[in-house]
Amino acid sequence: MHDSDKFKIPMGPQHPALKEPEGFSVALKGEKIMGVDIRLGYNHRGIEKACEERSYIQDLYLIERVCGICSHSHSTCFVQAVEEIAGISVPKRALYIRTLVAELERVHSHLLWLGVAGHEIGFDTLLMYTWRDREIVMDILAMLTGNRVNYGINIIGGVRRDIAPEQARDILKGVDTLEERTKYYIEVASEETTLIKRLSGVGVLFYDDALRLDAVGPTARASGINRDVRRDDPYAAYSEIKFDVITDMHCDVYGRTLVRVKELMEAYKIIRQCIKNMPDGPILVKAPRKIPVGEAISRYEAPRGEDVHYVKSNGGEKPDRVKIRAPTLANVQAVKCMLKDRYLADMPIVIAAIDPCFSCTDRLVAVRNAHSSNEKILSWEALRKYGIDWHKAHGIDLALVSDNFRKRMEC
Amino acid sequence: MPQENDIREDLVNKFAYLQDKIQIPRARRMSVIMDYNNFNEVFEYAFSQLKFVHFCTITGLDEGEFLSFIYHLAQDSGIMLNIKISVPKSNPVIKTITGYFAGAEIYERELVDLFGAQVEGLPAGNRYPLTDDWPKDQFPLRKDWKPSEAKGEGK
Repeated sequence: MHDSDKFKIPMGPQHPALKEPEGFSVALKGEKIMGVDIRLGYNHRGIEKACEERSYIQDLYLIERVCGICSHSHSTCFVQAVEEIAGISVPKRALYIRTLVAELERVHSHLLWLGVAGHEIGFDTLLMYTWRDREIVMDILAMLTGNRVNYGINIIGGVRRDIAPEQARDILKGVDTLEERTKYYIEVASEETTLIKRLSGVGVLFYDDALRLDAVGPTARASGINRDVRRDDPYAAYSEIKFDVITDMHCDVYGRTLVRVKELMEAYKIIRQCIKNMPDGPILVKAPRKIPVGEAISRYEAPRGEDVHYVKSNGGEKPDRVKIRAPTLANVQAVKCMLKDRYLADMPIVIAAIDPCFSCTDRLVAVRNAHSSNEKILSWEALRKYGIDWHKAHGIDLALVSDNFRKRMEC
Repeated sequence: MPQENDIREDLVNKFAYLQDKIQIPRARRMSVIMDYNNFNEVFEYAFSQLKFVHFCTITGLDEGEFLSFIYHLAQDSGIMLNIKISVPKSNPVIKTITGYFAGAEIYERELVDLFGAQVEGLPAGNRYPLTDDWPKDQFPLRKDWKPSEAKGEGK
């Protein structure tokens, strides 16, 4: 990294657009990335230790705050492990409600990602429309749970709120609209030449590398890995629901886009089945304050991939150990592989394409010559602009696509 | 749970010392508690022959005199194999498994930082998840460590 013809670029750890700060140190030769070094841990809050000092109920709310986007994923994963140790049989209606909220969460998360991806490549029209559409699902979540994020729907033994018939009708109405919109996004993703050209061959992660690096979720499925916890290790109501696991063999950002937009269609399918087949009955059984001695490991297919929680109880009111493995930790290691020998201009979209959770503060990019005192500081915004301009100069201008897109969305 | 029973039988046939060491608490969950001296051959067999090709994570546990580590593996069928081993807290040395799963590097670094494990063969790299100035003798997930003991910037 210190050869005279290479630059070393520290990026991060702060970033204005995403959750969780991370540090990337990029070695460049000309415009090509020769290697990437990743420093994680800036957002380590000691939640696992904190869980050992709090009751199971307090932990449930704490764990829901591991992630602001997929909060239901973490709380469900944790509560499933606790219920397994305690031998609690959760009522079916509650399992259906958990599944319903899980898929609504996937819809909001994937639409959020689609917007971010559009923004990173200079296709802000896509950002505006997907985030407008996302408000439909955010309103549904707020109606069902009282909150746009951190829904607090889970409690040990079931769920906190039931679903009324008129709420079910509103959900179906919202899903109909979203489905129409998503069909158009799929059409754009499948047929729009400029978008296909911009995303194809970018951030390549081949099947073998994805396996070796244990990538998860849409990142893995877009490299042809046919894994989905919902089907392979079913939880909540998934064993009674029909859906397809979407995979793709493009192994690049384009493939990751296709997987996510098609997964939106599957999510609508699951939501409709949840509402149609939701059994009547209680939504909660009483759980003991003290959880018997035991341990359990729970898996959950979060929007970003497999979430893993391990819980060990020593028979008290507080867990002896809680271990959390969020999907981004599994996927961020594949980023090194995706960026190697690729262009700096593609870095924003490649990082965004694993749909990571970063933090909402400012990120700087310092470009410096390893053998001189010259240093140039770029903001992430400037790097993004560099990426968009670089591709414009190479014949890919997404601004030209926007007019058609706008006309279609407004009609 | 025919598949799980078959896997248990296969493991016991191959490694007699695993007799009575394998539990199946529920469908798709298997746990093995074993001596660390035999860990490598069982891990290798589970990976290459039994097709536990998906590595989920490693859980560290402080169990008094010992540090225990649970290696969570999964098959594409959804069955999980959780292999638990223990090493003395006074000399918590384990070997890296990055030869099987390159992605396990970050989980091993977590054990180094939070439990004070020494992982032989782990390539040099940034620490995770603690700060660079975190004291080298403080391991937050050990039971005798209290948040009030934290020093430096990480406090």
